[in-house]
Amino acid sequence: MSRPSQHRVLPGFRLSLGYTWFYLGLVVLIPLSSLFLRTFSLSWEVFWGTVTTSRALAAYRLSFGASLAAALANAVFGLLVAWVLVRYRFPGRDVLESLVDLPFALPTAVAGLTLTTLFSAKGWYGRHLEALGIQVAYTSVGVAVALTFIGLPFVVRTVQPVLEGIDADVEEAAATLGATPWQTFRRVLFPAIFPALLSGFTLAFARALGEYGSVVFISGNMPLRTEIVPLLIVTRLEQYDYAGATAIATVMLAASFSLLLAVNLLHRWSHRRLEARPGA
Amino acid sequence: MPPSTLVLRRRARGLNGPAFVRWGLIGAALLLLGVFLVVPLVAVFTFAFQKGWAAYVASLTNPASLAAMRLTLLAAVIAVPLNLVFGLAAAWLIARYRFRGRALLMTLIDLPFSVSPVIAGLIFVLLFGRQGWLGPWLAEHDLRVIFSVPGIVLATVFVTFPFVAREVLPVMEAQGSGEEEAALTLGASGWRTFLRVTLPKVKWGVLYGVILCNARAMGEFGAVSVVSGHVRGVTTTLPLHAEILYNEYDLAGAFAVASLLTLLALVTLVVKKFVEWRSQPS
Repeated sequence: MSRPSQHRVLPGFRLSLGYTWFYLGLVVLIPLSSLFLRTFSLSWEVFWGTVTTSRALAAYRLSFGASLAAALANAVFGLLVAWVLVRYRFPGRDVLESLVDLPFALPTAVAGLTLTTLFSAKGWYGRHLEALGIQVAYTSVGVAVALTFIGLPFVVRTVQPVLEGIDADVEEAAATLGATPWQTFRRVLFPAIFPALLSGFTLAFARALGEYGSVVFISGNMPLRTEIVPLLIVTRLEQYDYAGATAIATVMLAASFSLLLAVNLLHRWSHRRLEARPGA
Repeated sequence: MPPSTLVLRRRARGLNGPAFVRWGLIGAALLLLGVFLVVPLVAVFTFAFQKGWAAYVASLTNPASLAAMRLTLLAAVIAVPLNLVFGLAAAWLIARYRFRGRALLMTLIDLPFSVSPVIAGLIFVLLFGRQGWLGPWLAEHDLRVIFSVPGIVLATVFVTFPFVAREVLPVMEAQGSGEEEAALTLGASGWRTFLRVTLPKVKWGVLYGVILCNARAMGEFGAVSVVSGHVRGVTTTLPLHAEILYNEYDLAGAFAVASLLTLLALVTLVVKKFVEWRSQPS
């Protein structure tokens, strides 16, 4: 890339700057600020009372718990899938490689409908799980299953490029020095992919927190038991309880923004780590 | 990639443990992706056709389904071009200039991705709903945004906002601006340079962004559900229509609609793969 100072030679700075901020303001900033303005119009007592009802607390617990479980599952599955896709060649690999992005491309409602039907008592999966005494549909396990599906691509797509970029001679050196493959993985490869793994995990977690379409079908939506936070917001809205919906939404938004911030800091940290490494 | 690296790589793969570990890992990954991705795909079409081809066609061609298709297309036809123009402007700005607020702008563009779809719907209800900021004014002028088509379009524009900007920006940054500067020196106007030099250089990035944006626009559920009001045949998009049919215990009908959306997802994946293949430096 040429030097930044030369870039002003190109025309269109004012136009693109103006249009970008204008459109961003109109579509994103003004609508989003309506949420905060509405929240600030509530008194502290009302706000606190609304966001700490037992129903809301149960919803936070479920949303955070199921999202955490799903993100952890995704970290394990994602690492496995990324490893297999990068390291091994086998029939059908190219198809799988493309299919990994399916949860991004598939409308969430379709995922929800399909998983619910598969895991319900008479479904293809549910039938066998029921025989083992495991109920998935309409329980918190079902919520975690749907969230795992939704978050599947995140860890794969963050870990894959890092794994591809690792030089083979690093591993060869480890092997030459007498390390077993497992030692090489644990001591050489894993530290290198850990930042990517962590940011994939955080992205999957953040996505799971806000997810709605894939969960509402499989969760059964029972207050205090299988009601996630986004659903609680919808319920409040349907009862025309705007203040309630807004207060809970603000709490959720604060949580997602903190996660976004965490991902950004993580990025910077891992970049600095890479740059600090000699020869990198 | 120089061939020597390839050779090294292939040898390095030998380091990945004995054959049973390799096949164990491949097997586990295949099982996982089979259970989570392949079987659900097969299931959608199996459930959709469980009552036969005639029933499938009938549930897609009834007036409510056709209306849902029209509304889904309408939302995408409005949202995608708007966000395309924005994406090009934002990518040009961020890739070509250094200015104050640049980092902030990049963070703000990604904002809609970290907002729950439900909250994306809620903010438009707070703006345009009966009790919203503009609610009284809209009621006075007999205009409706919430529980009506404009609300659905707005929510769709919001949730698909970052896609094009995000995909075009890295491509534009990687290309540099030397050719643009040459075109300008040779006397081309700014617009001409953009249309004839910049746009062809980033076309694969643009296509990539557009198909992802379109997939999300047509498949959005949460945000659209909040602002729709679920008036059958009027404010139901395809995903909402599938939900209504499912709640009415019309499983075959719901999955017939879902199969259309699944086809859309598969086409998206194929185009995505094609773009990745074309834009790879050979």
